[in-house]
Amino acid sequence: MRRRTMGFLTRSPLHVVLIALALIWMLPTVGLLITSFRPPQDVGDTGWWTVLAHPFNFTQYTLANYKAVLFEEGMGRAFVNSLIITVPATLLPILLAAFAAYAFAWMEFPGRNLLFMIVVGLMVVPLQMTFIPILTIFAKIRVAGTFPAIWLAHAGYGMPLMVYLLHGFIAGLPRDLFDSAAIDGASSIKTFFRIVVPLSVPAIASVVIFQFLWVWNDLLVALIYLGGSPNVGPVTLRVANLVGSRGQQWEVLTAAAFVSMALPLVVFFSLQRYFVRGILAGSVKG
Amino acid sequence: MRTRRWVPWLYAGPALLLLIFFLVYPSVDTARLSFFDRRGEAFVGLQNYRYAFTNDTMLTAFRNNALWVGVFTLFTVSLGLVFAVLLDRVRYERIIKSIVFIPMAISMVGAGTIWKFVYAYRPASAAQIGLLNAIVVGFGGQPIGWLIERPWINNLCLIVVGIWMWTGFCMVILSAAYKNIPKQLMEAARIDGANEWQIFRRVILPLLKPTIAVVTTTMIVFVLKIFDIVYVMTNGNFSTEVLANRMYKEQFSFGNHGRAATIAVVLLILIIPMMIVNIRRFKQQEAIR
Repeated sequence: MRRRTMGFLTRSPLHVVLIALALIWMLPTVGLLITSFRPPQDVGDTGWWTVLAHPFNFTQYTLANYKAVLFEEGMGRAFVNSLIITVPATLLPILLAAFAAYAFAWMEFPGRNLLFMIVVGLMVVPLQMTFIPILTIFAKIRVAGTFPAIWLAHAGYGMPLMVYLLHGFIAGLPRDLFDSAAIDGASSIKTFFRIVVPLSVPAIASVVIFQFLWVWNDLLVALIYLGGSPNVGPVTLRVANLVGSRGQQWEVLTAAAFVSMALPLVVFFSLQRYFVRGILAGSVKG
Repeated sequence: MRTRRWVPWLYAGPALLLLIFFLVYPSVDTARLSFFDRRGEAFVGLQNYRYAFTNDTMLTAFRNNALWVGVFTLFTVSLGLVFAVLLDRVRYERIIKSIVFIPMAISMVGAGTIWKFVYAYRPASAAQIGLLNAIVVGFGGQPIGWLIERPWINNLCLIVVGIWMWTGFCMVILSAAYKNIPKQLMEAARIDGANEWQIFRRVILPLLKPTIAVVTTTMIVFVLKIFDIVYVMTNGNFSTEVLANRMYKEQFSFGNHGRAATIAVVLLILIIPMMIVNIRRFKQQEAIR
């Protein structure tokens, strides 16, 4: 009896549960997407789901909101700025984190464990509290408001989690690999680029995704280190300004929100096969 | 591996330098500031700490942080686990994984807009444009001010946003670990007559335990610092204050550096138990190798 119940519970209801959960997960975003295509007066008068009564009645949709957002002065510039900020702020710290994770995982040096714990422990530092001391220094050396300043800031802030995740993976690589590399006389740098990096591609890819998303979606760090200037401000800043200036205009906000989501989604979907294969982050081998 | 003494420092050095500049030095400076007045000039002893543990809004923030840690962590990790284990058995795994992960790719500005729209409130006489209130009214109820009803409804509504955003993260990592479990183990248990629940309890859970520990501690550390969601959606009004948002307000709205620094130090102290868990785990891992 129990067995049959379990078999029943794990088969057809499995699909019902999964699909129901997926629908719940999608619903808020779908509502936003539909709203972004609706004319302002409709958005204020009726719920977005009313379009579903006649989904193919195309007169109830409009591209005007997107036109307004995309050709809003500065959105193009903001997109370029976001790219200039995000690409170096993703690649630089991942290289440095991989170097460090390799050292912590496979090299002997005094204080190694203690240092690693401190590095991981730094994950707990609330970012807001680092702003004032660092801004003071940045102002003194005149780098506040420049791209290198924010690249380094994102590199520093992302480092603990990246070292932690990459260490979990790199430490799990088989010891034999390193032993035989050492017997073959491979230098540590050769071992790193020939063995550690190629074998860690899934972990590196997933860390790339997390850091990219984090930097692309960041508003606070950009606001602090770049200031509010549209010359250097990213997309999130532009959208936040729209929220401020367009307050309750849902149709504009929803379209803007979708514009800001476009690139992260492309990055995610193009790298997601590494997720499906399994990222083995943390101590899967633990 | 035998290497020259300075070689490890060459590898770890750049990362450590960045960490010292961006995290260690500012933290030390913050700890110092927590004993000083609002402008960081006069020494005030423990006065800021007395404020932190007695002020009403601060106490509310402590309660809400506890609520976040409990509810958010429980749901993100367990839902992530449910998705990881169940999705492995269906052919449309990739589609649903993408759907659950998508919120991770959305900025807080975007997610805030999405959920404010879900929670939108209109008086009973007007047509509801928020999904939740439309459902409530559809069943004959009165529209609810989801983000205003204190203290449980609005806080839970904010936590739901967090769960919606972060379950994908837990799912991805747990799923990776799950797929790493040799399928023969489950097959063997099945042949021995174990049912699916027993396999889950006796085979899957123990093998996933290290990863669950990693994900749980990561979530707790993350959620103790929760800021964006509250900042964007309620800014801590209506008893939804959390510590990090309070700290931001003290620092940038009220200009009280001493109090802001104190809240940061308190947050750090709260997170120390998590560090100890991580350290223990790291030592165990070392022992195995």
